[in-house]
Amino acid sequence: MANLTLVQSINLALAQEMEADDSIVLLGEDIGINGGVFRVTDGLQKRFGNDRVIDTPLAESGIMGFSVGLAMAGMKPIPEIQFEGFLGPAYDQLVNHAARFRTRTRGALTVPLTVRVPVGGGIHAPELHSDSPEAIYAHHPGLKVVMPATPYDAKGLLISAIRDPDPVVFFEPKRVYRSFREEVPEDEYTIEIGKAKVVSEGTDLTVVTWGASLFQCLEALDELPEDISVELIDLRSIYPFDAEAIIESVRKTGRCVVVHEAPLTAGFGAEISSQIQEHCFLYLEAPVQRVAGFDTVMPYYKLELDYLPEAPRIKSAIEECMAY
Amino acid sequence: MASTTTRPRTDKAAPHRLSNDLSNETLMQWLYDMQLIREFELRTAQAYQQAKIGGFCHIYIGQEASAVGTLACIHHDDPVILAYRDHGHALARGMDPKTCMAEMFGKAAGCAKGKGGSMHMFDKANHLYGGHGIVAAQTPLAAGLAFASKYEREVLKQAVDGGKAKKKICLCYLGDGALNQGAFHESLNLAQVLSLPVIYIVENNGYSMGTSIDRGTTMAHDLSRKAAAYGMEYAQIDGMDILNIYDRFKPLADDCRKQQRPAFVNLITYRYHGHSMSDPQKYRTKDELNQWKDRDSIATLAAHLIGPTEPPAQAGGPPTNSRACLTQAQWKQMQKDIRTTVREAVKFAEQAPEPDLETELYSDVYQNPLPNLSPTRDYTHGSENPLQ
Repeated sequence: MANLTLVQSINLALAQEMEADDSIVLLGEDIGINGGVFRVTDGLQKRFGNDRVIDTPLAESGIMGFSVGLAMAGMKPIPEIQFEGFLGPAYDQLVNHAARFRTRTRGALTVPLTVRVPVGGGIHAPELHSDSPEAIYAHHPGLKVVMPATPYDAKGLLISAIRDPDPVVFFEPKRVYRSFREEVPEDEYTIEIGKAKVVSEGTDLTVVTWGASLFQCLEALDELPEDISVELIDLRSIYPFDAEAIIESVRKTGRCVVVHEAPLTAGFGAEISSQIQEHCFLYLEAPVQRVAGFDTVMPYYKLELDYLPEAPRIKSAIEECMAY
Repeated sequence: MASTTTRPRTDKAAPHRLSNDLSNETLMQWLYDMQLIREFELRTAQAYQQAKIGGFCHIYIGQEASAVGTLACIHHDDPVILAYRDHGHALARGMDPKTCMAEMFGKAAGCAKGKGGSMHMFDKANHLYGGHGIVAAQTPLAAGLAFASKYEREVLKQAVDGGKAKKKICLCYLGDGALNQGAFHESLNLAQVLSLPVIYIVENNGYSMGTSIDRGTTMAHDLSRKAAAYGMEYAQIDGMDILNIYDRFKPLADDCRKQQRPAFVNLITYRYHGHSMSDPQKYRTKDELNQWKDRDSIATLAAHLIGPTEPPAQAGGPPTNSRACLTQAQWKQMQKDIRTTVREAVKFAEQAPEPDLETELYSDVYQNPLPNLSPTRDYTHGSENPLQ
């Protein structure tokens, strides 16, 4: 066991998987000599060489298309896109190629690709560097989308993503990168993609969240009256997602608040809310509440915390739901 | 300005004609392959008009020498990738005409079980990594395929599948319309900066859908400038004469393989049909089309193989340089055989079973979809996920 940050845990998982599998290559802008814009790949080029940790031109469409070509040829590329906003230029390759080749070729060609992307706000960065586009990618059949919130989950989910035979968008919440450390086993382990984690058990209300919002939810829970028993679920995988865990919990509690950073309308909370009404209708004591970013472009840092679903907003949504 | 006035149609042939060393059999095979594509495409267009083929359909007639000639210069296990005018390349790579036609008919016997269609001819066994529907989006994939082959040889010391790693060369075809897409320029930069064994072949038929290259592309009269911007070797090749293609492209492909480096080829050709089946073709004249038909690649090769039917009108005329290895009767028979082959392909496609709803609608999205998401039933293709 080692006490690691999210950044260190991802670095460890990459190194261990690269050690075990020669067909893995990392590629992206400044990931080699500089170790990446957030230093996640620090030291890996020195250890594995220029051929396996490739400093590419800053050209996301090229990086992603190049990676898809590698994957078609049987390799396991792990491109890094510096910020989630920069997925824009790579969107065509990711959505029109990576996501669809298995179907388009009826399984003859597959794309075992893991795209690492720092995601979300809370680090005083402007828009394009603070967005949460997970619902966009979850909407494309053929892609898997995960967003671990803790160092332990990050290592297990990243190893699963790398070994997964299909393309996975691996979102890394920037706000958590160095915010805390936790014990992470030295040995390799996997966490199944599509399985949520019950962070704390409860009986009165279910909170479903993912990414950095997990910590705002924990803060809100701390400030709630002790007689409210909340079950907190970290979704971890956005697609496929653990509908069973949510349904099971809401059937028990009868109340649910979904929390995410992305804008409210058509955010992934809408899908969860819909699943709950389909499967828990007769169990519900109150309408499902959503606490999310606003339907606006992510503001610059002075207003950032007003945009993000911070603890006070989450707390009041829980209280409203309880009082319904 | 009419495109023909600014697009040079000929170029200097190499002093020694490499194609002179090829056997008559090889050249007759090329003639067969080109005629097969033409006949196949005629029947494809016909089937499309009869609404037996859905979606969109891009006919390769006129450009046959381009695919057959360039593919003849590489090895069978070299990766090949291209855009959506892809039936000709699929056949030239060795796909069975029946499989190709069945794919367009959306039948289960197609190369992707009727799921890909006209624009998505994939054939892993023949190292064809697809036709692709987004203009220029295949170009970075080619860089990746080229890197993978280089990586196998230099890092893994064996192929990813465990076989022997070889010096390969990837051919990436694109249309002249793709010259203006960002992905293309990112790809050229990547290929040169990483010194990748990939040749970008612009099948320059003069039109990006209905926009002539002069109207839509800068420096259309001298595309060497585009290659020069990336420090990449450039060649302009007359694509209507397959012997010329071989003479010019073979040494280039061999050198790119040997040096493991990229190149950019401007292959001048022409399509006789519209961009797609629904093209009114208001952008060009009949005269222009007929001028190109006068230089038809199949007629040119057939004439070369058959030789003069009469002696030259006057002594000192241009040397015929022909092979005289094929008779008119044999050529007619070859065309007849090809018609039969293609007719059988159409019949096969017509009679092939429809895709099975239970197994084909929901499968192959993921290797192992979760049963509680979408109506995936419990049917999946492929092997078990090693994680489960």
